[in-house]
Amino acid sequence: MIVRIMGEGQVRLADSHFAELDKLDDELLAEMEGGDEPGFRRTLHALLDAVREFGEPLPDDALEPSELILPSPDATLDEVREMLGDEGLIPS
Amino acid sequence: MSGVMKRMGMLFRAKANKALDRAEDPRETLDYSYQKQLELLQKVRRGVADVATSRKRLELQLGQLQSQSSKLEDQGRKALALGREDLAREALSRRAALQQQVTDLETQHQTLQSEEEKLTLAAQRLQAKVDAFRTKKETIKATYTAAQAQTRIGEAFSGISEEMGDVGLAIQRAEDKTAQLQARAGAIDELMASGALDDPTGMAKDDIAAELDRLSGGTDVELELQRMKAELAGGSTQQQAIEGGGAQQQPQGQQPQQAPQTQQPQNQQQTPPDFGKH
Repeated sequence: MIVRIMGEGQVRLADSHFAELDKLDDELLAEMEGGDEPGFRRTLHALLDAVREFGEPLPDDALEPSELILPSPDATLDEVREMLGDEGLIPS
Repeated sequence: MSGVMKRMGMLFRAKANKALDRAEDPRETLDYSYQKQLELLQKVRRGVADVATSRKRLELQLGQLQSQSSKLEDQGRKALALGREDLAREALSRRAALQQQVTDLETQHQTLQSEEEKLTLAAQRLQAKVDAFRTKKETIKATYTAAQAQTRIGEAFSGISEEMGDVGLAIQRAEDKTAQLQARAGAIDELMASGALDDPTGMAKDDIAAELDRLSGGTDVELELQRMKAELAGGSTQQQAIEGGGAQQQPQGQQPQQAPQTQQPQNQQQTPPDFGKH
């Protein structure tokens, strides 16, 4: 599966890693919804590190759609919440 | 999986689709271009059919003229046998005019046949081009679909502005248009190269040529008269020689050049050059 880290690029991840990543991802969502900024930042970095560790980077000129997308490492909780809001990632 | 990763991915795809819906779709342009090429191919095919029809019509006319020509020859022979040299002269005179028409029609027929062959070849080449374009079109469409989605992702996440996206679309449109124009220009080149755009019936003659033909026709009448007289007189050796020569000469229209050497070096042969000077 192709995962994009915003601002960094894409990596290809083997399915075997998703159980662990899913756990971190759900945790991240819970922290975001609960407004736990420090927890959110910690989990986000853990998730990104895991993706980078397990994933194989795709070349910059590769043309493959991403199936999963992660915020950039410096994204704040508010920014991510905004991105997941009505306006979404691409302004209408 | 229902975390941030998944939600962002789903949300992005939904938004990207919505954004793409609003953009002009160059794939439609490709399909339109292909449709136009098919219409052009249809026109070329109709052109081939038209030329073939004209050729067949000419063949019918030729057949009729040749039949009339032999009928007049028979009439001339009968008239001469009955001692009516004036009638025989008239019949042969008419026959000479017909022979000239036959020669003209044969030339036209050859031209049309050649046009038909070229046009058929052009249609085949165009067909191959259109087929190739169809394959390329489908490839471009598929590539475009993938590239467009990826371009949108790239735009959104690497901070490239919307203008860049528009430039990408503009380039795509330009490429499509170029391909379309190239295909059309190629087709027109084919037609021009094959000569299909020329008028195959432009066979008009000038006055001098017409006058020369008339005089040459007169000479033919005299020659025919001589030949028939010889035939009636029963000079078998001479007759065979004349007939053998005449039979070969007629279809190629070479009588005025060859016949006088054996039979008629007289006054009328020298007239055409005088006309040429006027």
